Order: sequence, then structure tokens, then C-alpha cells
Amino acid sequence: MTANDCLQVGLFLAVLLLLVKPMGAYMARVFADAPNRVTRFGARAERGIYRLCGVDPAEDMGWKRYALAMLAFNVLGLLAVYALQRLQPWLPLNPQHFGAVSPDSAMNTAISFASNTNWQGYAGESTMSYLTQMLGLAVQNFLSAATGIAVLVAVVRGFVRRSAQGLGNFWVDLVRGTLYVLLPLSLLMALLLVSQGVVQNFKPYVDVPLVQASSYTETLKDAAGNARKDAAGHALTREVAVTAQTLPMGPAASQIAIKQLGTNGGGFFNANSAHPFENPTPFSNFVEMLAIFLIPGGLCLTFGHMVGDRRQGWALLATMLLIFVPLALGAVAAEQAGNPALHALAVDAHASALQAGGNMEGKETRFGIVSSGLFAAITTAASCGAVNAMHDSLTPLGGLVPMWLMQLGEVVFGGVGSGLYGMLAFAVVAVFIAGLMVGRTPEYLGKKIEAHEMKMASLAVLLPCALVVICTAVAVLVPAGVAGIANPGAHGFSEVLYAVSSASNNNGSAFGGLSANTPFWNVLLGLCMFFARFPLAIAMLAMAGSLAAKRHVPESAGTLPTHTPLFVVLLACVVIVVGALTFLPALALGPIAEYLMSGH
Amino acid sequence: MNTHSHAVRGLDRALVLKAVADSFRKLSPRLQFRNPVMFVVFVCSVLTTLLWVQAVAGHGEAPAGFIFWVGVWLWFTLLFANFAEALAEGRGKAQAAALRSSRKDVVAKRLAAAERNAAITFVPSSELRAGHYVLVEAGDPVPGDGEVVAGAASVDESAITGESAPVIRESGGDRSAVTGGTKVLSDWLVVRITRNPGESFLDRMIAMVEGAARRKTPNEIALTILLAKFTLIFLLACATLLPYSIYSVQAAGQGHPITLTVLVALLVCLIPTTIGALLSAIGIAGMDRMIRANVIATSGRAVEAAGDVDVLLLDKTGTITLGNRQAVAFHAAPGVEERRLAEAAQLASLADETPEGRSVVVLAKERFGLREHALEALHAQFVPFSAQTRMSGVDIGRRRIRKGALDAVERHLESRGSHLPPMVKRMAEDVARRGATPLVVAEDDAALGVIELKDIVKGGIKERFAEMRRMGIKTVMITGDNPLTAAAIAAEAGVDDFLAEATPETKLKLIRDIQSENRLVAMCGDGTNDAPALAQADVAVAMNTGTQAAKEAGNMVDLDSNPTKLIEVVEIGKQMLITRGALTTFSIANDIAKYFAIIPAAFATTYPALDALNVMRLATPQSAILSAVIFNALIIVFLIPLALKGVKYRALGAGALLRRNLLVYGLGGIAVPFVGIKLIDMLLVLLGLA
Repeated sequence: MTANDCLQVGLFLAVLLLLVKPMGAYMARVFADAPNRVTRFGARAERGIYRLCGVDPAEDMGWKRYALAMLAFNVLGLLAVYALQRLQPWLPLNPQHFGAVSPDSAMNTAISFASNTNWQGYAGESTMSYLTQMLGLAVQNFLSAATGIAVLVAVVRGFVRRSAQGLGNFWVDLVRGTLYVLLPLSLLMALLLVSQGVVQNFKPYVDVPLVQASSYTETLKDAAGNARKDAAGHALTREVAVTAQTLPMGPAASQIAIKQLGTNGGGFFNANSAHPFENPTPFSNFVEMLAIFLIPGGLCLTFGHMVGDRRQGWALLATMLLIFVPLALGAVAAEQAGNPALHALAVDAHASALQAGGNMEGKETRFGIVSSGLFAAITTAASCGAVNAMHDSLTPLGGLVPMWLMQLGEVVFGGVGSGLYGMLAFAVVAVFIAGLMVGRTPEYLGKKIEAHEMKMASLAVLLPCALVVICTAVAVLVPAGVAGIANPGAHGFSEVLYAVSSASNNNGSAFGGLSANTPFWNVLLGLCMFFARFPLAIAMLAMAGSLAAKRHVPESAGTLPTHTPLFVVLLACVVIVVGALTFLPALALGPIAEYLMSGH
Repeated sequence: MNTHSHAVRGLDRALVLKAVADSFRKLSPRLQFRNPVMFVVFVCSVLTTLLWVQAVAGHGEAPAGFIFWVGVWLWFTLLFANFAEALAEGRGKAQAAALRSSRKDVVAKRLAAAERNAAITFVPSSELRAGHYVLVEAGDPVPGDGEVVAGAASVDESAITGESAPVIRESGGDRSAVTGGTKVLSDWLVVRITRNPGESFLDRMIAMVEGAARRKTPNEIALTILLAKFTLIFLLACATLLPYSIYSVQAAGQGHPITLTVLVALLVCLIPTTIGALLSAIGIAGMDRMIRANVIATSGRAVEAAGDVDVLLLDKTGTITLGNRQAVAFHAAPGVEERRLAEAAQLASLADETPEGRSVVVLAKERFGLREHALEALHAQFVPFSAQTRMSGVDIGRRRIRKGALDAVERHLESRGSHLPPMVKRMAEDVARRGATPLVVAEDDAALGVIELKDIVKGGIKERFAEMRRMGIKTVMITGDNPLTAAAIAAEAGVDDFLAEATPETKLKLIRDIQSENRLVAMCGDGTNDAPALAQADVAVAMNTGTQAAKEAGNMVDLDSNPTKLIEVVEIGKQMLITRGALTTFSIANDIAKYFAIIPAAFATTYPALDALNVMRLATPQSAILSAVIFNALIIVFLIPLALKGVKYRALGAGALLRRNLLVYGLGGIAVPFVGIKLIDMLLVLLGLA
């Protein structure tokens, strides 16, 4: 670790902490039951939307109705995105005349964007028309994020309300989250990005001559797609000269803003935030990193406001930071340490005034080691999944960090809304164990944690873990799964494990290396994404429903305090221990084996 | 239950032997299925045994000896778990046997009517029904639970309470309940039977101690769900390890896939077997600790609720203060010698047999060496306390000495044309303000002064209340005294609040008020007029000396009839929860070391580099796996005493308690297996089994 490393990480955390406090307070007002300055401001627009949709904003929904509305709305959105992709050749705003997306890929992408995963089996600039990007993908970026926030707000109301039946109104929460939180922030951020050079237009792609022409070797193939060979059995090749380059265009800035803010992560271009038109400067990179944590971090404090004890919100934020900071520093340190194979060749990989040092493979020179390592940790701690460096090229330990951060259940910041309600499931488990140890029937925020809550919280914790281990097993057993693996040995296993972990925790980042745009992978990962997102949200709503109906137990000296450093450490330990115990054997066969064999 | 615990201690050896036999009997799959964690171990044991048979037949996936030892220790894991449960049940069963011997069918003298002289028919006690009347005479056992409707007798209740001194049972009042199985020693009673056979107190008690009525408590169910979840996670993590391993062998191009034996061993080590094995033992032992504290709880739910209590309602008399007030000082009126006051007070109290009266005589003797006079020698005439005058005293010749409450004596003096000096009145009020009771002594038409009668707060009770406060439990004193006196005693005893001039109605209202704030209330009571409050309270301990109605209304009965026991009940409830939490934490924390033992061993052939994780430097892959399995089984045995005795409860705030228990059972749980597994591995090497 160099001083520069610490400075950059420190600066990021400092700015983040400055921003989350007002953000948390603001969102608490947005979702407050009583009208206030914020909600009065957009009251007319809100009323108009409700009237247009025939929604009664005064309806207080029970958990089942809330869950049904959430599920129905998202399934409809999913179908719309599917239809747009299949029909895009016949729809406008398709200057490159892209054909219809294949059914399995289209379904995978539809689930991916509805579930806030934004796993991309396709390459944006060579698959999706501008209309599909804008009307399908960008819209889902907003709505899936708003859905996450809405479910969280309903879950928090379960803790707040006493002897109540309802958890609020899904439509109102959805509209408010979009109207007051996501839209204004996205607008602001899109402008910032455009100022840095992110493209925003409807132009067709531009061909430009290369300043320095280059060439590459192509393997000749026969009609059946097999490599043609000469008499000696060597593959036939030819040199291809490259003199021009195609620059993709499109309405990118508007989509990238919400991609970061809504922890979506689905890039406009295939290279995602490594692409110069998506993330041109170190400043835009800094803004994009902040944007990922802004809402999930702020929601922790919103939670504190809503339950009437701000310390509770800070405690959850502290828990997340307690897990995130060491892991992020670990990732940066591993990348800065570089590749031992290169050290053996006496390559100088030390950071100096002239070079970043460390492992620069797969990284953009404009970001360097720290901004790439930190970005990797941030994008996987939160369930964003945008990448500004190729995770496949990270060192074994540098790659272990993002993988494990996802496997922790995407609760360290996690997705907007979903991260915090996942963390609340862990908090319920932690409170249960800790509550027993102080000799009282466990209670959290004044609500007794009993069998039903335990069942739902356990389900929420268990589900992503189960999906990861089971689907990884399926993938390495089935030839169609193994076929996609690019690298041999432990690294190949890591590629599979990473992809399944990413989909099963709604992250969406890809390790790379794995050829996942095949029917097998599209179906498997599609199932992972769907079942990780919706059943988990419904389990949490069910828990909230039963909590809301409970009476409030007043606090006493015998009550376990849940805002203290002790509880923060305990909660972090529960998250880490569950993650470690579940995934250690798998990680041992992937990144850990790779690390130990790579000459350390 | 002194006699019983002696009997139980004597049985220790026999109990252990019986528990060993029971641990084999409990291997039945039907019983194992009730505990998800242990059921997984059961299936694993069967599977390993089959693998061993296969290996012996020559087609084994691993050396038969290795599979054999893993299998043996898996079965031991199950047996140890069964043993813990059997041992916990054993104590209760021994007690139940002792109780059952007092439930012999006896011949009862059934009366045709509720009178001693009514016609008698002899019927077996099993034919008595609620509402029948029976006559019980000296030497007869009481044939069933009931209410005394006529007569008074001394009754030997040692069969139930273990207390050998006989108690008085009489009709009316709060001592009218008799229990089947006790014995009348003298005189006679007419008893109205209130319980049908099979529903009696003794029957319920036997069912409770035997564990027959034991159902999982709500908290136990929630914990079982959590443990089942962990088990499921580990089951998936281990089961999927086989495909991962097969793929890795292909990818690395060396080694063999992980064997089923190793997978099974890993699974059993990872699932929370320690707490799974001891969970039911902890619950049974909690009930057992109640029984040994001589409290019979009607359900495990009640014991658990005791741990959650927020407010304790305690009767002042008998709980906070010693039963009776005692004279502690004489305050003479101006111009009166204290000795004269003492003498008059002593004379007025000579015939007064109440404890207060006796204490006045004793105080006078202590302070001034005044000897007790014989009333006859003085030709004195005792004037007993009457509800009209609210005074008592003595007439000796022409001297008329009276003592009584301030207002009573004031009226007495005024009726004689005199008045109470303001000084004396002030003195009396001062005494009252201190929480003591003033008795004014008057001779003829002059007030001599004031006797200070004081409630004596029990030694050590203040410290107990301070503990309660640290635990977050509020104590409320219930008393019939006026608010002034109550406040003073409350301050002296260190209770948080008090209810003065309490009546059954105000008591009930207080409980409802507290409950409306969603706090749990515990109280104890004995009288019939306590019954509504007992029924309303969340944890209600009825005194065994109390009425049948009180016992019916409560959810616990204290056989010692000691109201201070409430505090102990709360502690036992908390201790039970803490023991569960501590062992759960310990169990999960153990897994970290087991991973370090098994993972490098399991993949030794595929990725030899993983040996870097073998931080314990265990001898061979096989010894590493076997050591982890053996540790996993033995730790259950080592923790049986803790499960039965319970984690020591300390009256600390929740934060401090959590920190302490996390350090001991969390960090301890991480460290202990590293040491244990290493030691077992060294031993295996020594024995040549590695």
C-alpha cells in the first residue's frame, strides 16, 4: 500500500460520509407518512400520476397485497423489455439496424434488468437499438431501483408500526422513489458526466481512420465454422489490416447516471465503465464510485430516521463500512503487489512517479491501480456490477475480494433498498443469537423476534447462498456449462463461481473469460437472478407484515442495545461467518488455490 | 425439596447408568427425526456404516480402517447427544418416581354431606370426583386435592414440599387448600374435593418433572429454525463440494475427487451438532433447576417468560420486610422520663401476644432492664384490642394504660376531657415519615410518648434489588400501608416504586397498566383475593401454603412458599436462554477451526498447495479429518455439565453481559477447537492410528 492508495481511499470515504447524511435525512422525508416540505413540492405531479394509473394513494396495503403489486409490476416490466428486444428490427431509433435478440438472451436480459442485476450476456453497442436501450433498459434501471427502495421502506415500516396491518402503498413508494430520489439525482449526474465527455446523442456510429494502422491474424474457417487446416494439420490463417475504427454513439450519459445511482451496473457499451465514452476521466470515475454508494449508504440513515433512533442507522452503516474498508484495502493491496510471475522475471512492478506499478493487466491507465481496485470492491459490495477494469485479470486475491463481497449476500451497501433489507435479515439473526446471550427473548427495535421472523430472515439469508452453491455445481457438471470456461485449472472454476455468485446476488458484474451468451448460461443465470430477487423480497415483506402486527416492547437496561460498537462488530461477524462458512470450500478450489499455487 | 435432592444425589450412579442405556434406546429414527440437526448426523452415520461395509467387501472409496473410525465417532456423536438428553430427563424421572409413590390409591371416607357427622361410605380415592366431600382424620392420607370446609388439623406435606415440619390447614382463610398425597397428623378435616383423578396437583407435578408435558417453547422453536437453516446451508455447501471437486480434478489434471466419507465427516463437523445435541437437555435442565429450587412450573413457556419479566411486584410483608414490625425506640413526651414510658409500654403489652407486643416487652427489657411482671401478681386486667377503640392496654388498680394509633389515642384522651400534646403528635408524625409505625402510649389522661415500631427490611434484599435494576427489571413494592410509610420503606429497601394502600382491585389495575405498556409482570401471591391478579400477571408464582384458587391462577407454585423466590425464578429463566445462546455461538464459532483441519486434507491430492491452510500442522489428511470428527463428538460430552448446570448468570446490563459471553463463547469457540483438534491429532499419531 502506498500513500497514494490510502489517500484515494480516504478521500472517497470522507466525501461519501459527507454526502450520505443529508441524503438519508432527505429520503426519510420522501417516504414519511405525514406530508412535508419535500412531498408537498411534487404533490401535484404525484396526484396526476395516480389519477392516470387509477391508483388510490390512500390505500394501506397488507404485506401480501404489497408483495403482489411489487411482483406483478416487475413481471410486466420484464415482459415489456423482452418484447422490445424481440421486436426492435421493426421499431424506430435503430440506426445500426440490429436484428431481434435471441429468445434466451432476451429473456436473460429482461430478468436481469427487472431484478436490478443488470448482468449482460450481450454487448450493448452491437446488439441493442437506441429505443431498446432507452425505453427498455434505462426505464428498468429506474424502476428496479425504485422497487428495491419501496420494498425496503415497507420492511422498515414493519419495525416502526405498532399493531398495524398495512405496510404502506407500493405505488406511492414506487412513484416517490422515482420522482424525488432517482430522477433528480440522475439528471444532475448525467450533466456531470456529459461535462466530462460521456456521449449523449442519437447519431449513427462513426467510422474514423486510425492514426496508427494495425493488423491481426485471423484463423480461416470452412462453411461449417471449423478451422481449415493445411496438409500438416496446421490451422490456415491470414493477416487482416485494420485502418479504421467504429466509434459507437447513443444516449449513454442518461443511462449511465441511473446505472450507477440505482446500483444497476448494466453498461451502455460492452466495456462498461472502462469505456472512454462511459467513464472518460478520473473525476467521472470518482463521481461514478460515489454514486454507487450514495443511495444505499443514505438509506441506512433513512432507516435510522424512520425508526426514530438515528443511532440505529449509523450502526448499520458502520457495520457495512467495517466489512467494506478492510476488503477494499485488501483488493487494492493485492493489485498493488502485482503478479509474482512477473517479479520472478525481474520486472519492476513498484509504484513510482513514472508508473502505477502493480498488476495493470486489464486496467485502464487513466484509472490506475487504486481507482480500479477500489471500483471493483465498491461495485461488488453494492450490487452494482458496473466495472472499470477486467475482473478476470485481477490477481487471485484481488479477484477473491469482489467475488466474496457478492457472496456475502450483497448486504454490504448492496443494491438500493435490497442491500439494507438483506442486512436487516442478518441483523434479525444477529439479534436473535445475541438476545439469547443476554437472557431475554430477542427483540429488535422493540419488536420480538419469534419463530416466524426467524423463518423469513433465515430464508432471506439462505436463498442466495443456496442458489450460488447449487447452480455452480450444476454448471461444472453439465458439459454446456463447462464449455463456456476460458481458462484451465482453478481460475476456470473461479470464472464459473463468479458468474453464478454475481447472478444469484443480483450484482451483475462479470469476471469475464466465461462465454455466457449461450442458451445454457442464459437460462441458468436468468433463473438465479429471478429467484434471488423476488422470493427474497417477498420473504422480507412477510417478515415485516408479522412485525408490523406486533406490539412494541419498551426498552429497559435488560434490552440488548443495537446501536453500540459491540453490536456492530457482532453483526459484521455474523455476515462474515455465514459468508465464510458457506463459501470457503468453493473459494479454496478457486482463488485460494490459484493464489497458493501462483508462487507466493 | 431437600429429601428429594438427597435421594437424587444418591441415585447419581444409577442415573448415569440408566442414561447410558437410554442413549442407545433413543437411537430410533423416529425420535431422531424430531431434531433436524441430529437427524442429519443419524443419516450420515448410517451412510458411513454402509460405506464401511462396501470397503470391507473390497470396493471401498477409502481404506476400511479410516471409514470405520469415522463411522464409529459419528455414532458416538449421536450417543453423546442422546446421553445428554437422557441424563437431563433422568433427574426428573427419579423425582417423578418418588412423587408417584405418594400417589397410592387409598380408601377415602366419603361423606354424604359437608358435615363431619354425615354418613360415611368407603370408596377408593380414584373414584372421587370434584365436588365430593370426604372426611380425613388423624393418620389418614388426604385422598385428593381439595378445599377444607370444616375443621383444622396439622398436615404433613413433606411428600410434596420436602419440608418435614407439619403445617396447619383449616377451613376459611388462606390456609384451606390441601393436596392429595399429604397426610393428616392430628385432628380432622372435612374436605371438598376440587379435582378429578388424573388432574390433581400431584399428577401435574409428575407430568412436569417427567417431561411428559414438555413441549418446545416458542423460543426453542425459533432457535431450531435457525439451526435447521445453518444445517441446510452446510448440507448444500458440502453436497456441492463433490461436483466442484470432480471438476477441479479434471481442471488440475491430478488427484482424486473428494470421498463421500470425507464429505460426510465435513458435514457433521460443520452443522451445529454441539447445540443441536444439547438443546433439549438445556430445556429439561432449566425445568429441573426450577424443581430443585422447589418451584413447579406448569409449562416451559412460563419458565421462558420469567426471563423476559420487566416488572416484579413484591409484597412488602414477608418478601421485602421480615414478617412483623418490631419496636425499636421509645420517644418520651416532654417532661416524661423515657423509663416511665418504657415501663408503661411494657405493662400495656404484657398480655399482648402479637409479635409487635412481644417486641415492645423485649425492647423495654433491653433498654432499661425492666423485668417482665406477672400479670396475675399485679392484679391487672388486660384490655384486648377492639375494632371500636383500636387500642389495647391494661388496667392495674386505678391506672389505665392504653396504647394505640395516633388518632385512636387522641380520641381516647379527648373523651376523657384531656388532649394530645402537639409535641407528641409531631413525634408520632416524624416516626411515620421515617416509614415506621407510631404507637402512642397514654396513662389515664396523659400521653406518655410514642413507641416506634419498625418494619425490618430483610438483610441483603437491597443488593438483590440493585441487581434487578442492572438486569433492567423494575421492582414494585405492594403494601397496605399508607403512602408515607410505604415511601420510607421503599427507599430503605431500594425498590423502584411502590403501591400503597393496595387492595386486590388496585393490584389488578396496576398489573393491567404495566401490561398496557407491553411490559411483562411477575408477581407472587397466596390468598384467594390474589387470584385475579395472579391470573392477569405474566409470571405468577403461587405459594404452596396458599389457597387452591391462588394455585389455580398462577403458572408456578413455590413449594417453599418463599416470596423472595420470584427473583430466583427470573434468574433461572434468563439462565436458560443464555445457555442456549452461548452454546449456539460456541457451536458456530467452532466451525472455523474445523475448516482449517478438513479443507486442506480433503483436497490434498488435487491442490497440494492448499496445505498452506493446514495451520495446525496436522499429521496426515486422514488424521486431520478424524481429529475434527472426534473433537466434534467429545466437545458434546465436555459441555454436558454446562448444559445441565446452565451458564452462570451475572446481574449485568445487557451490553456488558453480551460482551462477556461473546468473549467467552465466541472467541473461546474459535480458539478451543484449534487446541483440541491438534491434541487429538497428536494422540492419534502416538497411538499409531494416523
